[in-house]
Amino acid sequence: MIDEELVQLLTPEGERISNPDYESTLTSDEIFNLYRDMVIIRRLCNESTSLQRQGQLALWAPVQGQEAAQIGAGRALAPKDFSFPSYREHGVAWCRGVPPEDMLRVFRAVTTGGWDPQKYRHSVPTVVLGNQTLHAVGYAMGIQRDGAEEAVLTFFGDGATSQGDVLESFVWAASFNAPVVFFCQNNQWGISTPSSVQSKIPLYHRAHGFGFPGVRVDGNDVLAVYEVTKRALENARVGGGPMLIEAYTYRIGAHTTSDDPTRYRIDAEVEVWKHRDPVERVKSLLVREFKTKKAAFDKVAAEAEALATKLRVDVLAMGRPDPISMFDHVYAAPHPLIDEGRLEMVELGVSGGAD
Amino acid sequence: MPATTMTMAKALNDGLRRAMEKDPKVLLMGEDIGRLGGVFRITDGLQKDFGEDRVIDAPLAESAIVGTAVGLAIRGYRTVCEIQFDGFVYPAFDQIVSQVAKMHKRSDGVYTMGLVIRLPFQGGIGAIEHHSESPEPYFAQTAGLRVVSCATPNDAYWMIQQSIEHDDPIIFCEPKSRYWEKGEVDLDGPPRGLFDAEVRRAGGDVTVIGYGSSVKTMLRAADTAASEGTSLEVIDARSISPLDLDTMVRSVEKTGRVVVVQESPHTASIGSEIVAELTQRCFYSMRAPGIRVSGYHVPYPPSRIEDDYRPSVDRILDAVDRVMGYDS
Repeated sequence: MIDEELVQLLTPEGERISNPDYESTLTSDEIFNLYRDMVIIRRLCNESTSLQRQGQLALWAPVQGQEAAQIGAGRALAPKDFSFPSYREHGVAWCRGVPPEDMLRVFRAVTTGGWDPQKYRHSVPTVVLGNQTLHAVGYAMGIQRDGAEEAVLTFFGDGATSQGDVLESFVWAASFNAPVVFFCQNNQWGISTPSSVQSKIPLYHRAHGFGFPGVRVDGNDVLAVYEVTKRALENARVGGGPMLIEAYTYRIGAHTTSDDPTRYRIDAEVEVWKHRDPVERVKSLLVREFKTKKAAFDKVAAEAEALATKLRVDVLAMGRPDPISMFDHVYAAPHPLIDEGRLEMVELGVSGGAD
Repeated sequence: MPATTMTMAKALNDGLRRAMEKDPKVLLMGEDIGRLGGVFRITDGLQKDFGEDRVIDAPLAESAIVGTAVGLAIRGYRTVCEIQFDGFVYPAFDQIVSQVAKMHKRSDGVYTMGLVIRLPFQGGIGAIEHHSESPEPYFAQTAGLRVVSCATPNDAYWMIQQSIEHDDPIIFCEPKSRYWEKGEVDLDGPPRGLFDAEVRRAGGDVTVIGYGSSVKTMLRAADTAASEGTSLEVIDARSISPLDLDTMVRSVEKTGRVVVVQESPHTASIGSEIVAELTQRCFYSMRAPGIRVSGYHVPYPPSRIEDDYRPSVDRILDAVDRVMGYDS
């Protein structure tokens, strides 16, 4: 459809399609679980947008349209692997077990992190484009030195591929044969900048120039994303080196709640991509091939609804942090300027009784 | 006290070696640091002894040297990054300021950024552009970082080890013009605290504070001043951020006068901070305003004229005369 080199295991209509290099290994239950993940993350995302519109979040970065890319990649990770996200990987965070309310702490503006990255083996949000790709390569170099059979998966968008850090991370991963998989979600837009401005060639072609393989996968096909990512990670774990996965997808919504995409893109384009919806695609497969009953889909919808309700309650319960917490964890060891700041705040009576 | 005499370069090499022997998680990473031993030979022989996995010859990308050190820190390694020259640190500025400095905070204390960024800094070696700068004020401004500088072989030997053991990220400024000067190193220690200033010469009339290559210049100025009847107390700040203000306050409460010496331009500099803090803390002891002897507000000049840019003995003595003149 889009590109004959595109790895696709499901057509937009949800029909299986054969691919010379990949085939789906998933059972009906596993496919249903991927569907469940996608429905839940879409519902949580919509709830988050509502919370922002109601003034309860400072900002939200919607994931709609990219559910298959994120859930497929997130579920391909082994528990011992480590992932390095940008700021939109809510679906991956969900797969890693990060509680939904923790994903929203940054957007509620009560923290700059939100979860324990070592506990979930999923690093903190990284807002500066591409910075995390170097952290991923460094972590992967640590895996090599430990002699461990683990891999790293790092996420970034088509816009970030113009950043020096991303390109440097390609060089390093190649030179050191680091066990890292680069997962680029090409959602076609970097706020208002089309991906055609970021690259004159398909992004996955770049990998070849750096000396490792690249593949373009239909980012709206969760079965294909899962298989491509899983194999890339397996290969990396056993010394096969890095790989670039370009998940070809689309940002159905705005860049963030501060953005207005009607100013720079046409409705017809959005409509085309809505017909490639990643959630409906799997649902069609489930109905057609596995005769999944409406009751099962209803149950997932109810579960997603309950999680959204809980998310709202949890977010509204997040109060203003005690201002003195700004001094916590700036340094690991005592520091006179931290002591000085804390003391001043206490003397001003700001701390403790705040809010 | 069992001491041995060596150059600062050798002291750094020995300090790095000892840190690597003590902790297998210590790695070195930088451009040309392995087979070549670094352009200043600070890491000479270390790759041969510790292997390519621990002494990593990096591709030529400063942001990646620092950025991958962040990932290695998350994995539990302590990486000593060598930035080849001060003026080449700016490609890594983003990683240092946005990531190295803030990861501990962002992760609520889960990530420990125990890494060291070695930075040969300051001028005086007759180099071409970008090889003689003093970027330490940029880093001192950034919460989450610490900045230190060694002025003697003994401090080089101990401070590099202390920095590697420390759990906070440290910008380690090495005065490259002093690499080949010898001094006594006490191999047994214990060393002075990493963030403590040191009075290098006691005196009663004017406190002169500096760091890195300026320390030797200040001591020479003190010799000349003494011959002219003025007694300078010379303080090596050692830690640029945080500053050991207690040691400086004790001195200025005694002398009532302060001159700060630095190679960076004086606007928003370490010297500005020292003078502001001392003015606030020692106002009633001060007999003259604090004066900064700095580089000028120009790009570091072509090295044929760098001696007229860097603080010299004459410029320090001129400042001493000025602070002495206020109450005479």
